[in-house]
Amino acid sequence: MTAIGFDASDAGEVGTTQEAGVIKLAILAIGGQGGGVITDWIVATAERNGWLAQSTSVPGVAQRTGATIYYVEMAPGGGPVPVMALAPAPGDVDIVVAAELMEAGRAVQRGFVTPETTTLIASTHRAYGILEKSAPGDGIGDAAAVTEILLRSAKRLILADMETLARDKGSVISASLFGALAAAGVLPFSRESYEQTIRDSGKGVTASLAAFAAGWQTVRDPQDPDRLEPRPQKVRSRPEPVGTAELSAAYHRLVHRIETGFPEVAQDMLLAGLEKVVDYQDIGYGRQYLDRVAEVSALDAVDRGALLTVEAAKYVANAMAYDDVIRVADLKTRGSRALRVREEAGVGEKQVLKVTEYMHPRAEEVCGLLPRRLGAFLEARPKWMARLDRLVNRGRRVRTDTLFWFLVLYTLGGLRLWRRRLLRHAHETQHIENWLDRVKATAPRNYALAVEILRCRRLIKGYSDTHARGLSKYDKVLSSLPALLDRSDGGDWLRRLRDVALKDEEGSDLEGALKTVESL
Amino acid sequence: MAERSFAKEVEKLRLTAGEEFAGEGILAVTKALLQSGVGYVAGYQGAPISHLMDVLADARDILEELGVRFEASASEATAAATLAASVHYPIRGAVTFKAPVGTNVASDALANLASGGVTGGALVIVGEDYGEGSSIMQERSHAFAMKSQIWLLDPRPNLPSIVDSVEHGFALSEASNTPVMLQMRIRACHVHGRFVAKDNRRPPTTVVDALESPRRDTARIVLPPASFVHEHEKIDIRWPAAIDYVKRHNLNEVFGPAESAVGIVLQGGLYNGVIRALQRLGLADAGGDSRIPLYVLNVAYPLIEDEFLTFCAGKQAVLVVEEGQPNYIEQAFGAMLHKQASETKLAGKDPFPMAGEYTGQVMLDGLRGFLAAHAPDLLSDRDRSPNRAVVPVDDATLSQNVPVRPAGFCIGCPERPIFAAMKLVEKDLGPHHVAADIGCHLFSILPPFSIGATTMGYGLGPASSAALNGSAKKRSISVIGDGGFWHNGLSSGIGNAVFNKNDGVIMIVDNYYSAATGGQDILSSRATNRSRSTRHPIETAVRGVGVTWVRTVDRTYDVNRMKAVLEEALTTDEPGPKVIVASSECMLNRQRREKPLVAAAMTRGERVVKQRFGVDEDICTGDHACIRLSGCPSLSVKRLDDPLRDDPVASIDNSCVGCGNCGEVADAAVLCPSFWRADIVHNPSRWERFAAGLRLRVIGWLQERRARRRLSFGAEVA
Repeated sequence: MTAIGFDASDAGEVGTTQEAGVIKLAILAIGGQGGGVITDWIVATAERNGWLAQSTSVPGVAQRTGATIYYVEMAPGGGPVPVMALAPAPGDVDIVVAAELMEAGRAVQRGFVTPETTTLIASTHRAYGILEKSAPGDGIGDAAAVTEILLRSAKRLILADMETLARDKGSVISASLFGALAAAGVLPFSRESYEQTIRDSGKGVTASLAAFAAGWQTVRDPQDPDRLEPRPQKVRSRPEPVGTAELSAAYHRLVHRIETGFPEVAQDMLLAGLEKVVDYQDIGYGRQYLDRVAEVSALDAVDRGALLTVEAAKYVANAMAYDDVIRVADLKTRGSRALRVREEAGVGEKQVLKVTEYMHPRAEEVCGLLPRRLGAFLEARPKWMARLDRLVNRGRRVRTDTLFWFLVLYTLGGLRLWRRRLLRHAHETQHIENWLDRVKATAPRNYALAVEILRCRRLIKGYSDTHARGLSKYDKVLSSLPALLDRSDGGDWLRRLRDVALKDEEGSDLEGALKTVESL
Repeated sequence: MAERSFAKEVEKLRLTAGEEFAGEGILAVTKALLQSGVGYVAGYQGAPISHLMDVLADARDILEELGVRFEASASEATAAATLAASVHYPIRGAVTFKAPVGTNVASDALANLASGGVTGGALVIVGEDYGEGSSIMQERSHAFAMKSQIWLLDPRPNLPSIVDSVEHGFALSEASNTPVMLQMRIRACHVHGRFVAKDNRRPPTTVVDALESPRRDTARIVLPPASFVHEHEKIDIRWPAAIDYVKRHNLNEVFGPAESAVGIVLQGGLYNGVIRALQRLGLADAGGDSRIPLYVLNVAYPLIEDEFLTFCAGKQAVLVVEEGQPNYIEQAFGAMLHKQASETKLAGKDPFPMAGEYTGQVMLDGLRGFLAAHAPDLLSDRDRSPNRAVVPVDDATLSQNVPVRPAGFCIGCPERPIFAAMKLVEKDLGPHHVAADIGCHLFSILPPFSIGATTMGYGLGPASSAALNGSAKKRSISVIGDGGFWHNGLSSGIGNAVFNKNDGVIMIVDNYYSAATGGQDILSSRATNRSRSTRHPIETAVRGVGVTWVRTVDRTYDVNRMKAVLEEALTTDEPGPKVIVASSECMLNRQRREKPLVAAAMTRGERVVKQRFGVDEDICTGDHACIRLSGCPSLSVKRLDDPLRDDPVASIDNSCVGCGNCGEVADAAVLCPSFWRADIVHNPSRWERFAAGLRLRVIGWLQERRARRRLSFGAEVA
């Protein structure tokens, strides 16, 4: 018999069946992305061109947000009916379509992408996995590193944000991917026959065709710089603040102080920080912010790239703009916020919007709003606090589109003018001073450690229990300072402790890490 | 209402002789049943045969025209027992369920059916849920075929072969008075292909005919002494008859050259995989023409000794390609060769791994290993001693960054708040033993909830915590879905708990459908179903078997209420099982039902309120506690373009259906005030618009007033 199949003796790698005329295509998607739709379209297009096509999939639980693989084999008609496999095999896939960046990575991981054979068409957008999303802090996978692997894994790589291309046309990703597949020219079918398939599907045809065209365009038009490279981080432009001449002038004096009194590398961060604290409170607060950073900056070392100043610029701003009731009320009653909600919710001129806020105040928050002495008096009396808690501690759904609740929040936001006299501010100020004192005491002895102490501020965030937990983690991590002060790797250890604390919601891993540090 | 409508596909069931059928494997089976003159069909849904049940449900009219009875069975046991109609009457019957779960549940009925034997053809179509994407334990149906003596068909995975084996299955069953099992592997169920149709046939005898002229024959009833006779009958009469039929109709196939030093024996279902591996080794062409002889077992049980020995004759070695374990086929063939004192060497689980799916790579490695050992001259130099194995890239960067994607609850799923409440209760009352069950709610064992210790089988959640009862200060919590409840949980779990005075908490997750299998209606479904009786409340059934402490939460999204009820159940002094019925409609089904209605109402100009949630990104601090209590696909994170922020903030995308879970959880868990809910009123009344306009003007004036007194940074406007 004659083997039409691949002759392994004179080819580079073990067995592909491409020579047998069978084209193998795998689609990696996430449940709910419409992987089945594009699979059906590909089969229909092949059949429209007189090809034989077979598709398989494994639906079931994977459909519910899991990673799914659809698999298509096809061969020209007319010859003997080919035997087709029901699942993709590593090293033996001609075309891989990945409906998300990390799914492209998964295709490489599973061996479906080979430099000898595979054309990889992938969308660069991200749909985060549950563990990426739920990590306290930043659990997002490194897209750039995976992209780098994609670049050297495939024979040919087509990368574009297919999700945005489709959404811009009011369609879904299967349509833009289908367009990119058509434009890649790896299947011997005309553009018209792909488009006819979409027309025959009869659902959302116009939008699908537009997204198809966008997908086609992005492959065929090499001028688009975003196509092959992930989009570079945009440099944030700082628009001119709007306000009275007096306020603007005062603000510009502070900006001038940044430009003349601080290392250049820290200036961007300082400008961002200044904006944040002035927005949070007022010009005077901005001045205080710069004073605080300046004190730390005075201890900075020239040869370290002013790292201490940069980190102080960042974390002092965050610490000073702490999250309190006033801040929340202020943000929720701004005009800009109202506009953003309308935009996100897609509310048009003819529709009416109602907005409900979910608040859950506790006695601590209310107490923090009281003048310092009164608040401290109350805080020292647990029974009174418990009574207050019973009074206020319950979920409150507040309609900020109504005048009454708007005014309540508006008034709370207005307490900003008195904030400096309130109990919470006293607590926060003391905390900031203690923190910066430690930094200042450490910097001359152990520069790296001082930088890390600044960065530990990241541990404090959130509201209520989350905030309390963050504070306790912060305290625990910094309790290791005496042991680390004179170690050259002290900064590294503190960083490790912080990373553990950040990832560890319950705090048990942190205890273990602290023991390790104790034993140093 | 099933997840997918097959109204369009059903028309394919009307194709007549000579027309080409194109579609999914499981649809082809449905058509083959009608072509075979089937008299009744029953089954229990579940991947991968759910579509078969859904198609039949949508094909009501065609079935009625043909006089075919269709039952959506209460369980696989019910389905198997339905085949009793073929014991005395010459009616062909088919039942279907997922294997091996279904086979386990049905085994009592299957064993009795196999013992007494059948007159009409009885076909059990099992969807083999094995390998990648499987949702159940990995076991073989083969064992059931052997122990009860049911013939097992495992056809080559292409539509013509599958359709043929349905027709032969009935005939084989009738020729040997034995039920026949047709095994459909998961990918074959979903394979898209073609075959040439035949005309549908009306059953020569219908179930109506049977009812009108009843028959009985004590020799067919499983009771001594007849049951002793049955065992002999199986061996002396039915087995030879089956062998005779299989041989006469060449159900097993031999391909490739007549002469060869080696040969391969394979299960029919693995044919395409074996051919692909041979193609990659340069030993088969595109059409499947193999240079090595193949003996394809489209009938995996019984094995036919003389066919096999003839195939082995003159060969130095034969490879058995048999997926899963134990390797029953290889063992049986080994015994045959041994008794024959044959020189032929038998290989199977040595080049192949004992356990696990035969994926493309495993198949390639297994065949190459066998040939390298027994016929190295057939291999190319490279394959004989490959310099570099083709292995998946195991790059550390990939494994660190490519996220796992466990299956999870859908957007807006009403089960999410139940487990959020459970997690919050655990914070107050400490961890409890939680017995999980099969169904969508089993996703609770995965992140972010990570709740649930065991799953012992469908509907067996409460039964699986039966032993964990006593004088402990804590109670067990058992979860069960409405599907599992009606399948068997009412008696095996609830009734059992009442009778044994179990003190545990039973959470019945009622989402109005058998949701995990595709949204089929069940007894307690709220929908009006033309052909089934629905709207039988779970609470009534629970009280009916003697539970006194029952609480129904009819809006699971109310996390505070859910939490309070659960806490009460865990702490109340009342003896006996504490049953909570947590009811809210499956969001997938609800959206499918409501979306067109809402769209129509909007175009008619009626007042419609749509809801969605959002996050104030300035207020969110990036702790993600909300996500750890949710896992909703529409609740994600995003990085802000702000150098001051280290961590991504929560963000809700356009897929949000406004179920309310985010806000409820933020409130119940005292998380943070960043969530907002927007109620968008389409086509508001004139007064509503006027009032809203007035409010907007006043609020706008206040906002401007404050903005004038401070510096405004434009960047905050998104």
